[in-house]
Amino acid sequence: MTVEPTGAPAPEHPAPPPSNPAGSPPDDVAALFARTRNGDRRALGRLLTYTEGGGPLADAVAASAWPLTGGAHVVGVTGAPGVGKSTLTDRLAQVAIDDGRRVAILAVDPSSPLTGGAILGDRVRMGSAAAAGGPFVRSMASRGQSGGLALAALGAVRLLDAAGHDQIFVETVGIGQVEVDIARTADTTIVAVSPGWGDAVQANKAGLLEMADIFVVNKADRAGAADARRDLEHMLDLGHHGDWRPPVVLAVATTGDGADELFKHVGEHRRHLRDHRSEGDRRARQVAEEMRRRLHRWVDVLVAQPSGRAAELFTEVAAGRLAPSLAARRLAGELGRADGAGAETGG
Amino acid sequence: MTGPAAGTAGPQAERHHDRHRRQPVRVVLAKLGLDGHDRGLKVVARMLRDAGLEVIYLGLRQTTESILLAVEQEDADVIGLSIHNGGHLTLAPRMVDAVRAAGLVVPVVVGGIVPDVDLERLAEAGVFAVLGPGASAAEVAETVRAAAAARRI
Amino acid sequence: MSLPDNPVPGGAESHDDEDSPRARAEAQWRAAFEAAPLRDGAFETMSGIPLAAVHGDPPYPGQFPYTRGIYPSMYRSRLWTMRLFAGMGTAADTNMRFKRLLEAGGTGLSTAFDMPTLMGRDSDHPWAVGEVGRAGVAVDTIADMEDLFAGIDLSGVSTSMTINGPANILMAMYIVTGERGGTERRRLSGTIQNDILKEYQAQKEYIFPPRPSVRLVTDLIRFTTAEMPRWHPVSISGYHIREAGSTAAQELAFTLANGFAYVEAATAAGLDVDDFAGRLSFFFNSHIDFFEEIGKYRAARRIWARWMRDRYGARHERSLQLRFHTQTAGVSLTAQQPEVNIARVATQALAAVLGGTQSLHTDSYDEALALPTEQAARIALRTQQVIAHETGAPSVADPLGGSAYVEWMTDEMERRATEVFDHLDKLGEGSILEGVYEGIANGYFTGEIADSAYRFEREVNAGRRIIVGVNAYTEGDDGDTPILYIDDDVEAQQLRRLAEVRRQRDAAAVTAALDTLAAEAADPTVNLMPPIIDCVRVEATEGEIVGALEGVFGTYTEPAVV
Repeated sequence: MTVEPTGAPAPEHPAPPPSNPAGSPPDDVAALFARTRNGDRRALGRLLTYTEGGGPLADAVAASAWPLTGGAHVVGVTGAPGVGKSTLTDRLAQVAIDDGRRVAILAVDPSSPLTGGAILGDRVRMGSAAAAGGPFVRSMASRGQSGGLALAALGAVRLLDAAGHDQIFVETVGIGQVEVDIARTADTTIVAVSPGWGDAVQANKAGLLEMADIFVVNKADRAGAADARRDLEHMLDLGHHGDWRPPVVLAVATTGDGADELFKHVGEHRRHLRDHRSEGDRRARQVAEEMRRRLHRWVDVLVAQPSGRAAELFTEVAAGRLAPSLAARRLAGELGRADGAGAETGG
Repeated sequence: MTGPAAGTAGPQAERHHDRHRRQPVRVVLAKLGLDGHDRGLKVVARMLRDAGLEVIYLGLRQTTESILLAVEQEDADVIGLSIHNGGHLTLAPRMVDAVRAAGLVVPVVVGGIVPDVDLERLAEAGVFAVLGPGASAAEVAETVRAAAAARRI
Repeated sequence: MSLPDNPVPGGAESHDDEDSPRARAEAQWRAAFEAAPLRDGAFETMSGIPLAAVHGDPPYPGQFPYTRGIYPSMYRSRLWTMRLFAGMGTAADTNMRFKRLLEAGGTGLSTAFDMPTLMGRDSDHPWAVGEVGRAGVAVDTIADMEDLFAGIDLSGVSTSMTINGPANILMAMYIVTGERGGTERRRLSGTIQNDILKEYQAQKEYIFPPRPSVRLVTDLIRFTTAEMPRWHPVSISGYHIREAGSTAAQELAFTLANGFAYVEAATAAGLDVDDFAGRLSFFFNSHIDFFEEIGKYRAARRIWARWMRDRYGARHERSLQLRFHTQTAGVSLTAQQPEVNIARVATQALAAVLGGTQSLHTDSYDEALALPTEQAARIALRTQQVIAHETGAPSVADPLGGSAYVEWMTDEMERRATEVFDHLDKLGEGSILEGVYEGIANGYFTGEIADSAYRFEREVNAGRRIIVGVNAYTEGDDGDTPILYIDDDVEAQQLRRLAEVRRQRDAAAVTAALDTLAAEAADPTVNLMPPIIDCVRVEATEGEIVGALEGVFGTYTEPAVV
């Protein structure tokens, strides 16, 4: 990486280019952040790694990013495996770029629960990612921590926002709790289904109706696309949604058909949020939600690996010198006054 | 891991290389050019996943530019290049040169059938290591981890 | 020559009723056998023991469902074709090799194209750098095809072309070459691989998405059915599926499923199954697990015959008979102690012969290292000749038939393949073609193949599977095998040739022909062979024709990783 100031493995390694002055400390978040603001992909790539890693570095990145966030429209794209989310996201990104946006994609895939490793393959299906002038694409593995993942993903989105991307797509696989969590942090959520995907009961069970701002029936050149659309419309007739009724769009991601229309609805939903002043409400809810999550995570870590005052109280309880209820109350009281800097927040 | 009360370690405290003790190594796997033999690439992807690494799989028909773009965006530690068409003497040095020209210090590991006589030439060209068809899963993972360590010198 | 009076031992003394099914099968077999021509040869052991042409129980070779072979006399009439794959450098280089081959008495020309040609890209495409003329011959325009066959009477040879994505374009070039040399298309004879489905599953040399690609395949089937009776329009190939890491049963199942898919596509395009099924052929791998391979070939014939008759309603015997070419497993060759590969290839070749192959390519022992040297290619051919003329294996049809183990293996292969067919049938809601499309889209094929490849690799790793010279018996590798290096000059020559064609042709005619092609491509009912032939005639390049079609069909990228 450019930020390596010292010896390269090969002696004939050329001097780094001027944009990367040798000697800048590798972990200098402020310097990396400044470079990120100037459009330096490598610096952004590295800061995303810090964000993903959690801990004090992630907090430092988040603190730098926070004042500069709020400019981006964040779109979640989710759906069952195999419905073509990556290709769809790629098409949407292309439309957004043609529309003059600066686009970033965060593609989240599961890690192997056994080994912690992962194969992140979304770039294969993102033709535009390989091209100069394409979106900034980052693949993220779930690393087996659902709560942590939602926070790490949120941190990454904030950073991409602060780096000047005004259209961010967050692609997640499946329709589990992680996806619901991540979707909740998006401004607009697209749920992709494919023809023959099924019945209303399944969709209701998965909580899709509450989650989706826009439905897309991908692979609409297949038999059953019209049925899938009709079923979704029927469910929407029955369910209740506020003043925004999620549109159902037909698309064929492999050819790009329907991508323009889908993006049009993304824009309309954003306008809707603005016009109904719900954008501010939504953001306020989002940040409150984030704080709640971080607090939960923090307490989780504290309980799992007590240290400092918490460790003392646990010892007291274990020794039978203090009632558990009292100890918990005492710790909670102290937490309320504590300075949380340095807490574990991410993965 | 630090508890919430463990103080306020500054961002400088964690050196870049420390993160790898906690975060998986990230490796970009790709093939350059038209060659469509991806059996080896897929087997290696699984080996690395099962060794706990994160594989950013680019697959077939990549260019040096598309690989570099992915390395930057993904903050990858290693580039794994699979070559099965006999073009290793052309393709591997081209990748290494592209990495250097971009001012990156990301090691390139080549997988594929490379005749012994060509090994030295690849080493001279700056290829970090060559993994032949007989390489075990452990060797593959060890080599990529060693390459990742070299990245962080 | 010594042909026993009673080619089926036990037949004459059989106490079966003359009207018993066994007696009838035997009488029918005998009549067919007697009608078949026999080649010269001593059908006795080297000790002089006379040999019956077939042993065991009916159904006999040549009888439905052809488990025991498609001909009653098998190799007593004709040995398998010993086919060697040639092509490298420029068209003119390969032309010289072809002529030498024909002078030596050969009648079949087998063409390997270079990577850019296989991928539908011209030699001056940025992707092509370093690949031009390397693994086969470079063909950009009709001019190259004419160079390739210059001075060869196409009415007197059978040509095999290994090409898939751009098959229609190369076919068109061959047709126009024949035309200009005075051979009408109906007299052209040969095979074109033209099996696009396995490209998405295994070999990855695809250009367009699956559906328009299958349309191109059926266009070629329709075109040859109407106008080229001596041409085999598809060679359904399991070879590459196996090379990509599948098991034997997966190779069998995926390949036959692809065959069924083409049958469904061609009949949906309006053809009667018996109009084309007899000209379909197959191409299998011969890997190192001897009996598994033999079971695979026997099961393939049985499955194909039953499905063609019962599911697709074929009535002609030829439509039910699975004919196949075999190549030994390139992937089984080791770079370590490469001479040991000669033993592997011999074993694999023998399995193919005992499994009843119609033609055979044996790999050269140095192919794990580089393109074969001439000496290595000669040893590969000699290996087949030893099997044909020294071992006695061709004297008796299906010599392993009736072995409890081989029959069990055949049944087991069929059982495993049937599970795959059931899965695809369900995926496609009653259509294997749709099931194959869905399996490509959802990563079923690539995932299954990658799983098998990984499982094998782990077994080798763990030492549960021994590969001689790789994870055992590794001493004695002198690493001193001669290697063939290809002349870098080929690329420069080919680029000059292409530039020259581009310069002297009628540019307006090219644009017009390409525009017409693009317009016709948008209508799925049009057969694209005629407009492609028109493009070829005005010297449009392969890459330009592909480009015109890509504009309508789009370009394919793999949807699923593992």
